[in-house]
Amino acid sequence: MKNKRALFAVPYVGWMALFVVAPIVMVVLYAFTAASGGFTLENFARIGGYAVVFTRSFQLALIATVICLLIGYPVAYMISREGPRFQRVAMMLVMLPMWMNFLLRTYSWMSILENTGLLNRFFSAIGLFSLINRLFGVQLEYFPMINTQGAVVLGMVYNYLPFMILPIYSVIEKLDSSLLEAARDLGANSLGVFRKVILPLSLPGVLSGVTMVFVPSVSTFAISKLLGGSNELLLGDLIEQYFVGTSYNPYLGSAVALVMMVIVVVCMAVMNRFGEGEEQAVML
Amino acid sequence: MKKTFAMLLALTMVLTLCLTGCGDSGGGGERTVNVCGWGENIDPELIDRFEQETGIQVNYQTAESNETMYALIKQGGTDYDVIVPSDYMIGQMIAEGMLAELNYDNIPNFSLIGEAYKNLSYDPENKYTVPYTWGTLGIIYNPDMVGGDIDSWGALFDQAYAGQVGMIGNPRDAIGAALLYLGYSVNTTDEAEIRQACQLIADAKAAGVYQGFFMDQLYDKMEAGETAVCTYYAGDFLSMYANNPALRFVVPKEGSNWFVDAMCVLKDAEHKEEAEAWINFICETESCLANMDYIWYASPNAEALEQYPAYYQEQNGEALDQELYAIMAAPAEVLERCEPYLNLPADTLALYTDLWVDLGIS
Repeated sequence: MKNKRALFAVPYVGWMALFVVAPIVMVVLYAFTAASGGFTLENFARIGGYAVVFTRSFQLALIATVICLLIGYPVAYMISREGPRFQRVAMMLVMLPMWMNFLLRTYSWMSILENTGLLNRFFSAIGLFSLINRLFGVQLEYFPMINTQGAVVLGMVYNYLPFMILPIYSVIEKLDSSLLEAARDLGANSLGVFRKVILPLSLPGVLSGVTMVFVPSVSTFAISKLLGGSNELLLGDLIEQYFVGTSYNPYLGSAVALVMMVIVVVCMAVMNRFGEGEEQAVML
Repeated sequence: MKKTFAMLLALTMVLTLCLTGCGDSGGGGERTVNVCGWGENIDPELIDRFEQETGIQVNYQTAESNETMYALIKQGGTDYDVIVPSDYMIGQMIAEGMLAELNYDNIPNFSLIGEAYKNLSYDPENKYTVPYTWGTLGIIYNPDMVGGDIDSWGALFDQAYAGQVGMIGNPRDAIGAALLYLGYSVNTTDEAEIRQACQLIADAKAAGVYQGFFMDQLYDKMEAGETAVCTYYAGDFLSMYANNPALRFVVPKEGSNWFVDAMCVLKDAEHKEEAEAWINFICETESCLANMDYIWYASPNAEALEQYPAYYQEQNGEALDQELYAIMAAPAEVLERCEPYLNLPADTLALYTDLWVDLGIS
């Protein structure tokens, strides 16, 4: 019986071995290989020069994650408290943008944010700039939005927000309503119910949401290319440049990818540990 | 979360496999040839015609840049027979022994290629290549936005155009433009000169001259009037011009790069005979004319160059604008101040890549 059930895992294990384990092994091997062949640590020695890129990427990804959480949690909470029909429609609206290709969506943000883009043209049409210019005596023709770090963060938030809302929503939605009733019976007001019951119980959803937003944000390269104008390299850009871009050096690229992976794994492990503690506290 | 990340990696890999592996079709007896060129760089009707005439199936794949094409081939897993890289990349590939010598007996139409495009510096004895297109790098600008005409590379580094310039996103062209402005050769191997050129770009970047470092996004940005000045290729200017006739193209007075993209066969190509048949077909005057009309890059076929204005009139029912034709196929006096890119020695290439990454970090 048990053996039979193990058979069900075969496709996934095979998939994992081929497309997950094997590439990671290759990345590790490459990272310790010199361009001329043979073992080396030189690739890692060179990474020190990219500290700025590491800090910048983690910083932007962190900001995007926090914003996603601030927007996503209230929305997920609100949706999960509504009736089933509202929930279905709301979930569809959350997923709707994902029916379109990621690159196309990002490309359209480019034409929204550009100096001659939709937003600036709208502001100009409603006379916002002439008003500001008259009030403050400046010569403003547009708000510079494209090719800035803000645009990159916006792109991350826009693209990954559904990944924050969905897990939080599905956790809150499945909360046993008798727990909430019990809390109220025991004298908690609605703030107390939220703070003492709903929030701690929804933490697993928050944790997976944070992971699913943070990890792709750290490694993105399309968003920074299209919305950031490649002015400030992010880790994803750097790795892309070393693999298929202008500076072919898969060994150095692998080393950067490996260090990034290790930092991400450590961050996540620390966060999960923290999350586990919370859950147990609730259980007790 | 390790899994999530790894899944992403795996996805990328699957995608790569798909992209590169798709050419594997047509095993049993059917003759095929796998071609890799740039996107939007061939008239698709030519592929149909070749398939009908010869029965050889064409797998046409595209790469984004010379560097990407090189990386894809180096990583293995590609099955290209014919590739169409640019001059300096051909030089590097020949030096690294990646290309096969061609049998010109199978390519009789090579005789149609103008003498000026044979035995070029990247392949001095013309043993490996047949030229496909050529053109110049220049400055594209919008006179309404910059309020006047531009004739110097200085426009790319001038604070007068702060926030209006789209710098080109590949190191060879960007650093090349800076070298030309400083009065150096685009093929210099002098470290101090190259560092000075990069410093020029870094200073302009710090002063806010650039909107960003772009490649094909420039089409949209120039056509929409978002970007006022950029440097790009003559053939692509003509595409932009079709959508925004206010744009102008100039080969700056300091000189520029004149590039040749040429067809080569990889050393381990499985379909060498079919590859040579393809190259021969592409060299036919009729093919060259159709291609010129479609991609707006000049052909090296001497007959095609001569007949193109008449062909254009016949196809489009209006006379070809001679000024535009001079941009597409630059006349001798313009080419005189232009220099082809040569393959740079390995340590210069390494310097280029390091300085380019530094530019992105700063």
